[in-house]
Parts: sequence; structure tokens; C-alpha cells
Amino acid sequence: MKHLLSTQDLSLGDALRILDTAEEMSAVSGREVKKLPALRGRTVVNLFLEDSTRTRISFEAAAKRLSADVINFTGKGTSVSKGESLKDTVQTLEAIGADAIVMRHWGSGAAAQLAGSGWITSSVVNAGDGTHEHPTQALLDALTLRRHLARRHGTAPRGTDLSGMKVVIVGDILHSRVARSNLWLLTTLGAEVTLAAPPTLMPVGVEQWPCQVTYSLDEAIASGPDAVMMLRVQSERMHEAFFPSAAEYTRSWGLTDDRLALLESAGADDAVIMHPGPMNRGLEISAAAADSVRNTALEQVANGVSVRMAVLYLVLSGTETAGTPDLVPSAARRPEA
Amino acid sequence: MQAVPRDARTVLSAADIDRALTRIAHEILEANRGPDGIVVLGIPRRGVPLAERIAAKLERIEPGFDAAAATGQLDVTLYRDDLRRSTSRTPAPTRLPASGIDGAVVVLVDDVLYSGRTIRAALDALNDVGRPAAVRLAVLVDRGHRELPIRADFVGKNLPTSTAERVQVRLLEIDGPAGTGEVTEDAVAIMDIADPATAVGKDAR
Amino acid sequence: MSPTAPRYLISGGTLPDGTTSDMLIEDGLLAAVGPEARSRAEAGDGPLETVDASGRIVLPGLVDLHTHLREPGREDAETVETGTRAAAMGGFTSVHAMANSTPVADSAGVVEQVWQLGREAGWCDVHPVGAVTVGLAGERLAELGAMAASRAEVRVFSDDGMCVADPVLMRRALEYVKAFDGVVAQHAQEPRLTEGAQMNEGELSSVLGLSGWPAVAEEAIIARDVLLAQHVGSRLHVCHVSTAGSVEIIRWAKERGIEVTAEATPHHLLLTEELVRSYDPVFKVNPPLRREADVMALREGLADGTIDTVGTDHAPHTAETKECEWTVAAMGMTGLETALPVVQHALVDTGLMDWAGVSRILSSTPARIARLTDQGRISAAGVFETGAPANVTVYDPNVRRTVDPATHATRSRNSPYRGMELPGQVTDVFNHGHPVVRDRALATPRTH
Repeated sequence: MKHLLSTQDLSLGDALRILDTAEEMSAVSGREVKKLPALRGRTVVNLFLEDSTRTRISFEAAAKRLSADVINFTGKGTSVSKGESLKDTVQTLEAIGADAIVMRHWGSGAAAQLAGSGWITSSVVNAGDGTHEHPTQALLDALTLRRHLARRHGTAPRGTDLSGMKVVIVGDILHSRVARSNLWLLTTLGAEVTLAAPPTLMPVGVEQWPCQVTYSLDEAIASGPDAVMMLRVQSERMHEAFFPSAAEYTRSWGLTDDRLALLESAGADDAVIMHPGPMNRGLEISAAAADSVRNTALEQVANGVSVRMAVLYLVLSGTETAGTPDLVPSAARRPEA
Repeated sequence: MQAVPRDARTVLSAADIDRALTRIAHEILEANRGPDGIVVLGIPRRGVPLAERIAAKLERIEPGFDAAAATGQLDVTLYRDDLRRSTSRTPAPTRLPASGIDGAVVVLVDDVLYSGRTIRAALDALNDVGRPAAVRLAVLVDRGHRELPIRADFVGKNLPTSTAERVQVRLLEIDGPAGTGEVTEDAVAIMDIADPATAVGKDAR
Repeated sequence: MSPTAPRYLISGGTLPDGTTSDMLIEDGLLAAVGPEARSRAEAGDGPLETVDASGRIVLPGLVDLHTHLREPGREDAETVETGTRAAAMGGFTSVHAMANSTPVADSAGVVEQVWQLGREAGWCDVHPVGAVTVGLAGERLAELGAMAASRAEVRVFSDDGMCVADPVLMRRALEYVKAFDGVVAQHAQEPRLTEGAQMNEGELSSVLGLSGWPAVAEEAIIARDVLLAQHVGSRLHVCHVSTAGSVEIIRWAKERGIEVTAEATPHHLLLTEELVRSYDPVFKVNPPLRREADVMALREGLADGTIDTVGTDHAPHTAETKECEWTVAAMGMTGLETALPVVQHALVDTGLMDWAGVSRILSSTPARIARLTDQGRISAAGVFETGAPANVTVYDPNVRRTVDPATHATRSRNSPYRGMELPGQVTDVFNHGHPVVRDRALATPRTH
């Protein structure tokens, strides 16, 4: 696997490989010596052209646990903000010795463009690009869900998929790279996904996506999901007429105390609440829901490090050979609708 | 799944393999002056069933030895020195006895000893999960061509080979219908490979 | 042109009406077409050059209503000199230079400068397009009358790149240009519906996470403008129509007798939004590449006359404005040197149109819309008018070539067809009787 750019391009085999590797990485995180020599002598650059301390720290921890050298490069106060082109920036980073560039970028498609540009030979890991994708977030969510399912079945998660799991993704689907990456990945893994949002925050053409669509969060919760994934909603959206007010949003699409109670009664016994963070308490999620034992937020954070270790390991090992055929992303492959 | 090439020459039969493992078990007990403190760790993939078989034999010889409680596996993937060159592998789980390995006499088990690099990686991996009193090495086949100062304590069969040959170990647990293959009995075979540069196969190091 | 200037006999070419015929160019005019061309050529005196056009198509010189020459202001992307070289190589004998230069072509001074630069270059007639509003700002009318009365004799007015969104301003512009038989060419794009738009709005834009440019933003403006044109009895030209819905609205307007003409670009006749999956900014253009169904509707619209003309919207950009992230890359593609091959590929080779149709959409109709009297002098059936200025393009439809932008005459390299195989090549171009292209290469410019 040379790059990780999106989950839409990941086959079931690729996805399971990353998740299975993440399981072993996770085991390392649980032992006394939390370090592996796998990427000793390799350099990982975190190129973050948009603020995201959480994701950057997670990638940094992942790279360091694999013994890689880490260079952090953020957009603020650097040459990028002075008009230097992305091309010049990444070529400079490669000249410094980068083997992999983990990039967070404000522009959709920036990671794919970088990987396909021929500007550099480094591996590219998409750490979130505009409103396109955030593949490692989806992978850590999938890892969390898979472990959850394995606990329920009393089996080991390794090698298993998410067949039969019902996941509801709620909120600003339109602007959410997390929603997109999760939709493609979770459906590839066999889960049934329902999107719940006001019509203004549903992407155009969503009816062609491999999921159920509803404007009623109550209906979605009443259908008994295994997981409810709440997306962060920016209250500024109301100024662009996506919804009339924060209060109305919360009433209709927030995970309120009432809906938490509905989830307790209608959802699976062990239904979980997920959130990519940071949470807007009182807007998309009530304090009680945020603090509920069902909330997997901290488990998601821990799994994030394991998934990112797996991804860095997979993109940086075996890079001197052509790579295994099953890891070459097929162009524009779509999950089956 | 390992196919069985037509030009493969069987050098150890199932019975040979079983006898070799029995002898190794006896040698382990003899060297250790009994079963105390022994932990048997297989190196995935084919070292794992071999470790389990040796542990079962130890238990048969010394009923005081609890095979289930003293057997495990040690994955070395993330400690290899060829990660850049080889295609990336999915690491296998590392499973240690509940009592850990601190102070234990760890017997590492692998199928083929070749360059010694896998064992070098295993020693590093072992170092990160505990501090054994001693580490021993048992292999089914030693084919020579060492690249590091490493030798096995217990060897099933010394097999002189050329680098243009490939040693293939077939075990029912992995290569049989219970695993991922169609092999009907254990065997060790030797065969020519066209290009010695590719001789360093997944089970050949 | 002096009387001793060479005369040219274009021999054995296939004319748009399907006949094979000779053609004589003398004193800058099309002196004879048919059997008398050769006899007259042999009878006359002075040097005679013969252009072997056997197996080739002889077309009236092409007229582009929509070209960005970038000068003044962005001479690093294109100049009048390089842009008209590209035009000549593409078979164009007349181009209309859009007004969005720096400074904007919103005064007699700027349009005369561009017109003068075109004359000095000598590769192709250059007709400046005047801005509708001052600075393209959409706030107050530019001095349309002064531009019309200038030496540039502007007849086409457009804020292209920006939409004249204010309905009152649009109404006034449509009315005002009637005084000198001008036409307003509208860039139909409702601005609020397309804020931050990056590509065609649809399922694919949702997948790619790029802000959508919905078809309705084009169609709503076209619908409004045809009703305005009807109301004030003016003629309207719609630039770069890109959606099936727009074709429907224009068809409806024409059926009602509204004086509307419309243009489609070559790229909208061939390329679709699927190319955006690569996030390669060379495919970023405004209006954006649309769906396959839109491409087919535009082709049919051209075939049935709903769409009147193909305008290149040749939009050269420097490498650095394209070698960057999709979301900040410049919009636009070069097109002058690939227009005729794309039209052949999309319309002729598909059987939708014959070469008389190509003459109509790429020469006579755009000339009529722009009120040019020295271009496009050919009948609907494809019969050249003798005695007219000799603007002639000889085209070899039988070669196939892989597009290599590095070989193009334009200063910029942002061709979306890079690496694609397209049919046809312009071999010779006569601008007012002067050979600006001979044997597939630039010859010499025409001097005034």
C-alpha cells in the first residue's frame, strides 16, 4: 500500500488488513514497552495546513511508537501562509528526508492530487482533505465498532467484518469528510448505514449512495441501531440558512436526553454513541449522552493511534518493491449500492 | 496455500518430522534438567504448530509440564530488518503464557533456520515483552547459509542446501484442509528455484 | 494588397456542400469557385501558387465569438500575438477577444488598443468584446456607444467571467445596444447559487466533497434573460451553454420567436465531470464539465439549430495557476487549436452534422451574430460566395493526432485534451487572401 487517500478506494481485503494490523498495534499499546522498531530510520512529516491538534497528535504518537522520526509542519506562520505552493512545500519536505507525508488540507482532493502529481515519491496519507474524506477517522471508527461486535459475540475481532451492524450517522453530512469516509468503509465492511440529517445538510445525489436516508432522527433511533455516530455541527451554519437556529437543530437532530432514553429502549442492548470530537455539548449532543457509558469517544481516541500505526506501517514497509496487487486501489471503485 | 511442485524432493516424511520433534523434546528436557520454567514460543506461521507439538510431547514425557499454560507465539514482523524490501505483511498476534516470560527459559521454535535474521528479530521482540532467564532455539531444519552469529540449540535435521534451492515445510495445521491448503500429510521438501535472487521466501529465512 | 501579390489556387478540395472543386484567391478575394477557377488562374498574370487540397475539406475561415487573449494584463498567460497565432493554427480567421483583461475592456481606449494589437499581429482578425458594465463590476453600464463608435467597432458586449446578474442592468444593456445593432453575450451564472462552486453539482460533487455549481444557476439566468429579451425586443446571445435544461429553455424561446442565439464550447461537447475524479485542475472550467446527458443534449442542440455556434472559450492560464490544489486553481482551458478536431469528433464523425453544418456553426452564424460582413460568407447549403473576402481554412480530416500541448502555439499549456487522440488538422489558412498557415505550420502574418 503506497498511499492511503480515501476509503472509497479500499477493498474489503485492504480494509481488513489495516484493521487486523491495527489490532496487533493495539496490543503493543497495552504492554510495558510501547515501542516498536518497525520504522526506525524513517521520517514521517505531519503537514497540517488546517488546524487539528487531535489528529496531528494522534499521528505523531503513532509514528513515534513505530520509532519513526517525526517532523511537524503546520500551515500557520510558515511558508505556506506566505504563498509558497504546495508543490514547493512538499518537495522541500522530501529533500529534508520525508518518507511519508501525512497531510491535513483545507482543499478537497489535495491528498489525491499530491499522490498523483509526480511532485514527490513519498507515501501520502490523507489526514482529512476539505469536505472529501478522512480515512483514518473512519478506520478507527470501524476498529471501535468491530471490537464492540466481537465483544458481543465473544470472539476475537481479527479477520471479521461488520456484517449485520446497523449504524446511524447524524448531522452535517454535507460538509463532513468523516461521514463520507465512514459511509464507504462501513458499507464495504458489510454494515448497514443510515444517514439522518435535515434535507439542507444532505449532499445532492445522496439517494444514489449505498445507505438509507431519513430526515427523522427519532425514526432512525427507533429502528434499533447498534451505533449512533454524531457529527460535529458548526453553529455558523445557521447563518447560511442550513437550519433556522441552533435550538431548532438540537430539537430535531440533536442527541438529547429524550433520544438517549429512546436509544436505551429501542436500540441494541449494547448500542454505542460515537463522536469524532470535539463535541459541541448542548448542540448536537446533550451532556448526559456525551457522558454516557455508551459513548466510545475515548476508546475511539485510543484506537486512532493503533489505526494510524497500522497505516504508517503498511505504507512505509515494502515500499521498495512494486507492492502487492491486492493493495493497488482500483480507479474510482465504488462500494456496491 | 503451498502448491506441491513437481520437482520437489521430499527429505523428511511425516514420521521423520514426528521423530525429530520427539527427540527435540527430550533434548530440551535434558538440557534444562527437567521441565521447570520452560516456555515454548512459536514464531508464526509454521513455528507455531511446531511449538504446540513440542509442548505436547514435553507434557507426555513430563506430565508435570502444563503445555497449555506454557506455550505461546511470538510475532517478529515488526522487528524485521527487511521491512523496506519485502512486501508489507500483516503482523500476527503475539500470545504469551499468562505468567509471562520473566525468569522463564524460553524455547523459540521456527521451522527453517537460514540467514538467522528472523531469530535476530525474535530476540529483539522478546526483549520488548519480558526478561527471560535464558533463550534457547529449536528448529525443524537447519539449512545453513547463516548471515549472523546465531545457532540453534536443538535441530531436527541439518540439511545442506544451495541458495538456488528452496526448503518447503508443509504442516497439516497450516497447509492442510484445517488451514488454508490441501496438503494431506506433513513433509519437508527441497526444490530448485529459477532465480536465486528470489530464493529468500517467506519461510526460507 | 498589391496587384502583384501571389494568387492562390486551392485545388481539388472538398467544399462544405460536398462537391469537389477548385477555388481561386485573387487580390484578397475569393475570385472564383468551380471549373472557372482553374481557367481563370491559368489565364491571369502574376505568380500563382497552388495549394493541393485533395482529400481535404475547404471551409470558410472560422469565427470565434469567445476568446480570451489575456492582453493587456496577463501577458504571461497569452498575448494578442500568441493567441492569434493559436487562432490561425486552429483555422480561425476572426476571434472575439473577451473583455476581462486588466484593465477591463470597458472603454474605447482599451478596445482600440486590443484591436490595434490584433492588426499588428496580423495572424487573425481581432474584434474586441466590450464590457457591459464598468470593470465587470455589474453596477453601472460601461460606455457601450463609445466602444461601438471606436475604430474597433464593437458589436458584441459581455461581462464574461461574471454574470450581469442585476435584472435591471441586464434589461438596460439589452435595450441600449439596439442603437448600434449590438448584442449582449451573457455569462449565465446566478452568483448566489454558485458561491465557491468548484464543479458540476450532483452525486459526484458530493462524493468528491467539492462545492457544486448547479445547472439551475445557469438555467434560471437564461430563462430570465430570454424573457427580458422578448419584453424589450432585443437580441440576446448566451455564452457557453452547458446543460440539457438550458438547451430546452433556448429551444422554447426560439419557438416563441425570441431573438436568442446560443453558443457551446468544444469541451462541453466532449468532456464530462467524471474527469474531475482525478482532481487535476486542467479539467477545472467555468461553467464546469457536466454529465454525459448534457453533452448529448448540446450535440443535439447544435445539430437541430437550437445552439447556433461553437465558441472556444479559449482560456489560457499560466502553469502556476493550474499546478496547485483544485480548489484554488484557475478556471479555464485552452481551445483554439483543438476546436475543429473536437467538433469533427463530436459532431461530424458521429453523423450528427455535415461540413455545411460545421461552416454554419463555426463561421457563418457567429459572423452574423457579431455583424461581421467580411467573414462567414457561405450559404446554408455550404456554397461559397464569390467576390467575398478570402477567409478560407483548409482542413485534413483524415489524420489522427495525439494532443501535445507543448507543441501548441498558445503561450499556455492547459489543454484538457493532453494525451487524447483527436482527428484532423488544419493545413492552410487564408486571412483576407493572405496565407497565414501553410502546410500545417504558421507562415507569415498579414500586413496592413
